[in-house]
Amino acid sequence: MITTDLCIIGAGPVGLFAVFEAGLLKMRCHLIDYLPQVGGQLSEIYPQKPIYDIPGYPEIKAQDLVDNLMEQIKPFKPTFTLGERVDHLAKQADGSFILTTNDKTQVHAQVIIIAGGLGVFEPRKPVLENLEKFEGKGVTYMVKNPEHFRDKKVMLAGGGDSALDWAIYLSNVAERVTLVHRNETFRGAPDSAAKVYDLANKGKIDLILSANLKELGGNGTLKTVVLEGKSKEEITVDTDYLIPLFGLSPKLGPIADWGLNIDKNAIEVDTRDYSTGVERIYAIGDINTYPGKLKLILCGFHEAAIMMHSAFKFVYPDQKLSFKYTTVNGVNSF
Amino acid sequence: MVTFTVEDHDGNRQPVEAPIDMGLNLMEILKACEYPVLATCGGMALCATCHVEILEGKDELGHASDAELDQLENLPEYYPTSRLACQVRISPMLEGAVVKLRGEDN
Repeated sequence: MITTDLCIIGAGPVGLFAVFEAGLLKMRCHLIDYLPQVGGQLSEIYPQKPIYDIPGYPEIKAQDLVDNLMEQIKPFKPTFTLGERVDHLAKQADGSFILTTNDKTQVHAQVIIIAGGLGVFEPRKPVLENLEKFEGKGVTYMVKNPEHFRDKKVMLAGGGDSALDWAIYLSNVAERVTLVHRNETFRGAPDSAAKVYDLANKGKIDLILSANLKELGGNGTLKTVVLEGKSKEEITVDTDYLIPLFGLSPKLGPIADWGLNIDKNAIEVDTRDYSTGVERIYAIGDINTYPGKLKLILCGFHEAAIMMHSAFKFVYPDQKLSFKYTTVNGVNSF
Repeated sequence: MVTFTVEDHDGNRQPVEAPIDMGLNLMEILKACEYPVLATCGGMALCATCHVEILEGKDELGHASDAELDQLENLPEYYPTSRLACQVRISPMLEGAVVKLRGEDN
């Protein structure tokens, strides 16, 4: 079990900056994020886009802002659990919480800060009858360990970079790779597309263009996928796995079940300290809502600073908090 | 002002009136009208959570840009006149159009 003062759910810009504000008050942080890297939307959706409304930076690339935040919080030695989603919260007799992730990682924290942005980025799923029945039984949305597919028949669906990249990679691992794409051409990286065509010509990949997923077959586990071609003809392909790769889409996820007040996919907070209706749980950044809320990174930074002063009393109940400027005190690392 | 029709996921149609002189896009108007549009990326054509289909309207309105197609083609489903609402400017082009909300994200 990981023990920490504060557990921050979401390692986007606001979650990262919260570590700094916590650190100034000598509170330690552990961060959990479902994405495999820190930075949230900035790293996942628009790493190369410039941002123009960060105070002091006339222009900064999203990924550079994330890198700078990581540098800024280094003195406070935050710890991370990445690629996992917090599924359960259990309140303890002393008021603290134990969080459990989908991979059974447990974190014991005095205070929980939800900085989850728009929620959890979940894979987009194709609309197919019986899809859920085959999830984990042949249908998977992520390639976590390519070895899992060694000497198996794998079908990938999608036309983006990840579909192309995995088709190329798995062509050396799997018994057979079938790549299904709805269009005639790929919009992914031209180099990758060229490589896929080349592998298809050499017979190392079965490339099926202008086709859509139509039906899944199998008794308990996936055995066949039926495709629909351009002229509505049906193509049945034997396969052990189907990996639909249609990008990610944000969902509020398990947070919705924690007894917080939710309004339109956002958590209602008290603007005096960004606390939720549940003691010791705070919500900051894009995931909270209050009258006048603006979904801006800089507003999330402000919320992080205010809320830490409120959370202090739960971590150090016997101490009185006095406000100090970093210009006076510097940044004292742990 | 320009007037067009929005069809929600359940097929209900509502007329919507929007100003053409404020530099707004369709995604912003849909959000302002409280339609369930996530618009995760804030209007940069980077997330496809404001996916709409142009059911009726001028031909040009149904032509997605390259940046939109990059996103749309990654979706499990899209249509010949699919657009990202954030890339549709509120302009006289929209007069009389019928726009349907699409995508499981919305």
